[in-house]
Amino acid sequence: MSLDDWQLVVGLEVHAELATNTKIFCGCANSFGDEPNTNVCPVCLGLPGSLPVLNRSAVEFAARLGMALECTVQPSVFHRKNYFYPDMPKDYQVSQYDLPINADGTLELPDGSVVGIERAHLEEDTGKTTHMGGGGRIHDAAYSLVDYNRAGVPLVEIVSRPDIRTPEQAQAYATELRAILAATGVSDAKMEEGSMRVDANVSMHKPGEPYGTRCEIKNLNSVRSLGRAIRYEMERQVQLLESGERIVQETRHWDEDAGRTRPGRSKEQAEDYRYFQEPDLVPVAPDDEWLASIRAAMPMLPAARRTRLAAQTGGDVDVALVVERGLDDLVLEAIAAGGDPGRLLVHASNNLSAGAGELSARPFAELSKLEATGALTATQAKTVLAELVTAGGDPAAIAATRGFEAMGDDALAAAVDAAIAADPEAWEKFKAGDRKVTGFFVGLVMKTTKGKADGKAVTALLDARAQS
Amino acid sequence: MAARITTDDVAHVARLARLELTDEELVLYTEQLAGILAHADDVASLDTAGVPATAHPLPLQNVLRDDVVRPSIDRDEVLAAAPAVEDRRFRVPAILGEAP
Amino acid sequence: MTTAQQIADAVRAGERSASEVLEEHLAVIDEREGDVHAFNLVMRDEARAAAVAVDAGDRTGALAGVPVALKDNLCTRGIPTTCSSRILEGWRPPYDATVVARLAAAGAVFVGKTNLDEFAMGSSTENSAFGPTRNPHDLDRVPGGSSGGSAAAVAAGFAPLALGSDTGGSIRQPAALCGVVGLKPTYGLVSRYGLVAFASSLDQIGPFAATVADAALLLEVIAGHDPLDSTSLDRPLPPLVSGLGDGVEGLRVGVLTELVHAEGIAPDVRRRVEAAAEALADAGAKVDEASVPAASFGLSAYYLIAPAEASSNLARYDGVRYGLRVDAENTAEMNAATRTAGFGPEVKRRIMLGTYALSAGYYDAYYGKAQQVRTLIIRDFAAAYDSFDVLLCPTSPTTAFRLGDKTADPMSMYLNDVCTIPSNLAGDPAISVPFGAGDDGLPVGVQLLGPALSEATLLRTAAVLEGALQ
Repeated sequence: MSLDDWQLVVGLEVHAELATNTKIFCGCANSFGDEPNTNVCPVCLGLPGSLPVLNRSAVEFAARLGMALECTVQPSVFHRKNYFYPDMPKDYQVSQYDLPINADGTLELPDGSVVGIERAHLEEDTGKTTHMGGGGRIHDAAYSLVDYNRAGVPLVEIVSRPDIRTPEQAQAYATELRAILAATGVSDAKMEEGSMRVDANVSMHKPGEPYGTRCEIKNLNSVRSLGRAIRYEMERQVQLLESGERIVQETRHWDEDAGRTRPGRSKEQAEDYRYFQEPDLVPVAPDDEWLASIRAAMPMLPAARRTRLAAQTGGDVDVALVVERGLDDLVLEAIAAGGDPGRLLVHASNNLSAGAGELSARPFAELSKLEATGALTATQAKTVLAELVTAGGDPAAIAATRGFEAMGDDALAAAVDAAIAADPEAWEKFKAGDRKVTGFFVGLVMKTTKGKADGKAVTALLDARAQS
Repeated sequence: MAARITTDDVAHVARLARLELTDEELVLYTEQLAGILAHADDVASLDTAGVPATAHPLPLQNVLRDDVVRPSIDRDEVLAAAPAVEDRRFRVPAILGEAP
Repeated sequence: MTTAQQIADAVRAGERSASEVLEEHLAVIDEREGDVHAFNLVMRDEARAAAVAVDAGDRTGALAGVPVALKDNLCTRGIPTTCSSRILEGWRPPYDATVVARLAAAGAVFVGKTNLDEFAMGSSTENSAFGPTRNPHDLDRVPGGSSGGSAAAVAAGFAPLALGSDTGGSIRQPAALCGVVGLKPTYGLVSRYGLVAFASSLDQIGPFAATVADAALLLEVIAGHDPLDSTSLDRPLPPLVSGLGDGVEGLRVGVLTELVHAEGIAPDVRRRVEAAAEALADAGAKVDEASVPAASFGLSAYYLIAPAEASSNLARYDGVRYGLRVDAENTAEMNAATRTAGFGPEVKRRIMLGTYALSAGYYDAYYGKAQQVRTLIIRDFAAAYDSFDVLLCPTSPTTAFRLGDKTADPMSMYLNDVCTIPSNLAGDPAISVPFGAGDDGLPVGVQLLGPALSEATLLRTAAVLEGALQ
């Protein structure tokens, strides 16, 4: 079997829960993790006689996302998608069908490739089902329990065109879309909590031939699973195709532990959703003024942030990570306060997580200057930074309290010589070219200098001594 | 004009609608639906080219609600109406298929 | 007979107590309800408590102390709301319909929940899971439907006012058969919140009363914008009661040819429509023939659109959250067992018809086509209203028929709605007002149709007909 003869084609369907205060059609709280069946009312329980009224914020969030994805934001209507399922209180889902609020957009990935967006429409989420017995899996469960807190939570479904050609590109798409959802405030987009859910339509074909039959992969709970599942599916499909078998169009579920996809229980017959326009709702047609106000409130998007940060730091690879963590504003402010761009970028990408705690721009700038001038070693700077994050303060003062001061060259040389003298046997190995013992000597020097020594300088001195 | 409805069609829509029919009911309903649809065929055969569809009698649009939380209803009252409840949730028998 | 207006005035003036009024009506119920079966539930205790509250001055308003019957597809908090279906038997809604809340705020005293064709699907009230209602004028005859219980309750004197719902004639046709006034308002005038849906784009709640003035009084209380219903009109309604005596001088009345001469219109009913036209002309109206060609296709379009919406609206009765459950091995089988046991034959028929009309391969031929016909009907009515203020036609093709006469053939039952359906499809208001009797001595109603929000015109025209009879 050779994957090289085959071309992967992937389209992604991403569901994101909107970060509204209330559900899409009623005033119940849109809140994750509450006591079961407490955020419910006649509307979201689908009680007889209840009627939906559309949440203005849901429309605005959807339109904002549409604008961020370069979509046409257009007049739209709601349809009913009819099918029976116990997590769906009305046994139909209110969704958008042939007239979605957003159509025909694009998403540019950090590597410059562009994925088309077919649509990004509004719909309602379903309740949450817990399967009891049989290890919690639907197929083996004895019975199930339903909590409708999530029923009616507003969703936007973003459907890409089948423009994705590698597992890495699929991961980059999901990562970038997540960043846009978060940056625009449209969704908290947490895959692990289910507020962003990714389904992948995967097929293989030979270049020049028509697209192959696709399988829809569900249950992808992380960007990593997405990549793994696509890679697994590529091999599975190519194996079948090369042995002359046909791919069956079906839904498959990713099993993270087993590292494979499995077919969902096959349905008796093709679904017939009998879509028709929802008569309990009226069309939504945002006018120019409304659209302009939504556009005016649009925050800066990740791509623009990356460009801006790269331009000011000269950085490249780290930039995306820093933007993803939401630290680019802090770095830029610190640069404006006279900080060292290179050192700031390194710290933001290596030594800070999302949310910099008590760290503010000016001390961050000061710290990078101390480091750039050699007043603090990288190791010392990292220690000071950690303290700035937890408690704030003045970097120079923290360094002084800790007894950090730049070591003189003579003192460093003396410490290195002492370390060499302490273990002649190891030193012979080092001289013979065994660089595995480097760490041993650096550690020894760090210990005797109480961490004041700069690791790189110690290594350089060791090399110099060995050659002399 | 559409083809006459068959017992297979009626069996299919009964499945979609989650209704069980006996063999006698299947025949009877097929006959009755065929009668009603025959009446509807004067509509089906009407030339309506270019006529827009009316889904709704009112020309309303943009009816929206402010995103303000309103009190939910009491869980005990909600669950009291349910045929089966367990652990503050609605209990249903085994679910065979995944959601589409 | 005491009208709702007289009761309200007397209670307000302290001349009569609400409790006294209620007991009089409960006595009539005790006497005749066993024969008529207008109610699924008589709310004696709740009504007595409400009347006591009115008498204590705790409840005031335009209808303080007036007994009102509610169709049993209107949600009443804590009070069973069955839609005359086994599938909802025993269900107590945790909320009130908007109309119920408005009536309660106006001081009305609810005497009971009235019988209907299951989920409002029918024209005779024979499709009730709890047995048929009988016509108070002749107990062997149907009261019409689907709001047969409400019409019969007013006709029998169980309550001066009742609410019904009208999807294809379900207020007007039973009003005609029972000899009372029934009005279907403009779509969106009365909130549907808390009305258990049959066909959402057609359903409207409206009043039953013994007199035109009482119907106007009740409509004034229930009409108005409701933020809980997205399809609720946000426009002020002109006052209804105050203009009732203004007459029809100069009013342009069109006799609606297509419906006067529709299939199955009985000669005695047609004669009453002609008499009504003369009465209006005598009162100064300019009467002429009018044509709404597409109205002929109303019945066919309706029996595709209404079942399609119903098939979706009734999916929720699945045995999971409320109402009946018939247990089974798995959820899909439980859903099917529950629905099979819980729905009657007419409901199943319409669910299957609607499912078929929406299903892949048939949508365009049936549902899509019916929606286009709906457009034609709206256009033709609009054109007619360029020349006429009001259109006149029969309400029901015949007077009340015998129980069992039309149950075997669904199509013969559906033909009862031929004159009432077009205004539901157009979303326009229409009123049925009693205008004499047929050859069998049973009541005949004539129907007045008008453009959107013309309720005031329809009511004052109906008042002229009402006056012409006396």
